[in-house]
Amino acid sequence: MKPARKQRLILIGLMVVGVSVATGFALKSFNDNLMYFFSTTDVIEGKAPKDSLFRLGGMVIKGSVERPNDGMMVRFKLTDFSKDVTVEYTGILPDLFREGQGIVANGKLNPQGVFIAEEVLAKHDENYMPPEVKQSLKNQSEKGKGQ
Amino acid sequence: MFLIPDIVVRFYHRMASPPHYYAFTQKIMPWLVVIFVLLTAAGLYGGLYLAPADYQQGDSYRIIYIHVPSAWMSLFIYMVMAITGAIGLVWRIKLAEVISISSAPIGASFTFIALVTGSLWGKPMWGTWWVWDARLTSELILLFLYLGVIGLYGAIDDKKIASKSVAILAIVGVVNIPIIHYSVEWWNTLHQGPTVTKMDKPSIHVSMLIPLLLMALSFKFYYLIALIQRSRVELLNRERHSQWVKTMLSEQQQ
Repeated sequence: MKPARKQRLILIGLMVVGVSVATGFALKSFNDNLMYFFSTTDVIEGKAPKDSLFRLGGMVIKGSVERPNDGMMVRFKLTDFSKDVTVEYTGILPDLFREGQGIVANGKLNPQGVFIAEEVLAKHDENYMPPEVKQSLKNQSEKGKGQ
Repeated sequence: MFLIPDIVVRFYHRMASPPHYYAFTQKIMPWLVVIFVLLTAAGLYGGLYLAPADYQQGDSYRIIYIHVPSAWMSLFIYMVMAITGAIGLVWRIKLAEVISISSAPIGASFTFIALVTGSLWGKPMWGTWWVWDARLTSELILLFLYLGVIGLYGAIDDKKIASKSVAILAIVGVVNIPIIHYSVEWWNTLHQGPTVTKMDKPSIHVSMLIPLLLMALSFKFYYLIALIQRSRVELLNRERHSQWVKTMLSEQQQ
């Protein structure tokens, strides 16, 4: 390779490496701000903000969804499989909201440690399958439990 | 260069010469169109008719047959644009510069389609049109990078200088590509994790996966067709004072 070309190639290589390292450091220092939501463990450990709005993400615990006053208010428990947080929300839930589904709620904690949500978003998982396959998977796991 | 067979080297050098590229792409164009039409028909028939509904989302999930291939193309085309841009910078190959700049509007369109279809799906499924999570934000930055490339190229009259500036911008922007791809793994995002491109087996049923891969392939061919059309025009425009263009035009007039 001619020296001039080699020089240009090295220069481009250095540019890519330099920009990558700089971006890497920037992203690392902003890491916490880039998180879209806090986990339930963060809330229990007091890492989440006390007086301001924040987003809380987790999975809706099976059998925890209840409507205490027969009204629009829904109460359910969110978990990250280690700590649980109770959430209350008044309003219309998205299509994908169901027990066992991941969700992200925006709101704030009340003094009792209950998360009062103003908005609830469903977080879809990465699984796609026809209903029959889901049914047979369910049957298999129930059979597995029975044995 | 002794490792590469002679015929490949010769093909490469011929392709890098504008008149050969111009004639060769004209010959293969009908074939590309035929393959594209067949793939798209098969992919859409498979995706919209044969594939079953999803267990949770019902028929709404079918937007992935447009959304996911577009998002893949937005990243793929950016890489093509940056790499050909770098080749143009280092080896000063005119055709590489032309391929690089001709890719930009196509990539921008795919990025736009990915953002819009994702938004349309997000409203009923997530409950919102848009959130500022890492995946959505980095994909939006990709759109701005494409628009920046197009704008910068248009703003400089000397196309030699324009190509160099654009290549540098494109190469700097490459840092965004792994961020988009890994954003769903590095940070908590509302956007779901990868379905197809992960190490263990894809978490999508095979009856839904095949049409998705067909659509992805068909989008590749669409890109090839659009790229060839754009690059031929760009090439003619840049080479309008050269001998081969003049000869070709006078031959056509007779």
